[in-house]
Amino acid sequence: MQASIAVSRDPAVQYLLRIGDTCLIHAQRTAEWSGHAPLPEEDIALSNMALDLIGQARAVLTRAGQLEAELGGSAHDEDQLAFLREERDFRNLTLAELPRGDFALTMLRNFALATFMKLLWTKLERSTDAELAGIAGKALKEARYHQEHAGGWVVRLGDGTAESAARMKAALDTLWPYFAEIFESDAIDEQAAATGLGPRWAELAADWREEFAAVLGAAGLALPADRAFRSTGKAGRHSEHLGYILAEMQHLQRAFPGGVW
Amino acid sequence: MSLARLDSRVERAWSVLDGVLDPEVPVVSVRDLGIVRDVVESDAGLSVVVTPTYSGCPATEVIESSIVAALEAEGLGPVRVEMRRAPAWTTDWMSEKGRRRLREYGIAPPGPVVAAATAPLRFVPRPPRPLACPRCESYDTERISAFGATACKALWRCRACREPFEHFKPI
Repeated sequence: MQASIAVSRDPAVQYLLRIGDTCLIHAQRTAEWSGHAPLPEEDIALSNMALDLIGQARAVLTRAGQLEAELGGSAHDEDQLAFLREERDFRNLTLAELPRGDFALTMLRNFALATFMKLLWTKLERSTDAELAGIAGKALKEARYHQEHAGGWVVRLGDGTAESAARMKAALDTLWPYFAEIFESDAIDEQAAATGLGPRWAELAADWREEFAAVLGAAGLALPADRAFRSTGKAGRHSEHLGYILAEMQHLQRAFPGGVW
Repeated sequence: MSLARLDSRVERAWSVLDGVLDPEVPVVSVRDLGIVRDVVESDAGLSVVVTPTYSGCPATEVIESSIVAALEAEGLGPVRVEMRRAPAWTTDWMSEKGRRRLREYGIAPPGPVVAAATAPLRFVPRPPRPLACPRCESYDTERISAFGATACKALWRCRACREPFEHFKPI
């Protein structure tokens, strides 16, 4: 059994882990649809999007590991960071780890996350970290495509049959409380903004809300009222669902350390 | 070593790269695809600067090893492949020859990216920009799926000749 690694607590590393882990866990959930989507075209689409997200996660986690070394810690590579961290050391948004639900829930989550990532990558293109800026330039094109794809489905289902509209409404009610976490600010965010590594995620809230509301409007859905509940995945305090994802994702590397295809 | 000799080694490398094909679209070379950004010679050998097409493109590693193998087979080694992400690859860098080969292979080549990137996102169903069928050249075509068999392609069909075809997405 491969032992877990401890990761740097440096705010810059933690900021990168939030991005890389959100892409990674979102990819893992999205890939669950491979072979199970309601249409062959959507099966292919979801698998392709999962692939983009894995590629983004690999690049950002690689950069996070390099940064650990630059800050005087021990360097970790993308595989160590993905496969050898404990649940509490993952920094993804709780939203990304929630079960995939039905197709409506998956499309609404994809739309919410792609809209956010598009806005985030746009800002990160101007990061003071040249490597991160380079990753963002590529990922932005992908996020834009993901957003358009998922947005189309949110409208189509929300403004579709009574059954599809009810499912999209239920998806909105389920996911809405988890969107607030995206835009919660803390010391890690502040530090990233101060050093120019990246924006405070709260700065993206107004644009996100505008784009999200426009699509919901076209789908015949209204924004629900805000609630006091806050999920805390970014701080490493996850829902009960992440542990199961990691068990599946990490099992092979834990049981057969360094195993390759 | 004379400057003329230096140039010729780099030039020969470029012409070898003309024959290294994309493993997923095996009619277009990595050079025509526009992903080879630079070839630099130093004391350590040749360095080929490559940019990825998509973040998660599974062909990236195969492309790297094909480039090294092809150049070393021509006696141009040692060769090192360097990944450079910025500026991000765009299908606008694909050569005219690459576009022609795609069309001949049955894949509709990408149109210019500028319009796609600046167009506001719209979420009501809309016909994507007209695209000519690579088989019968009719513009009476429609998109079946925004994604295709590889990260770089989408699925279309022609209503005139009734054939499905792939489209190399402009990004």
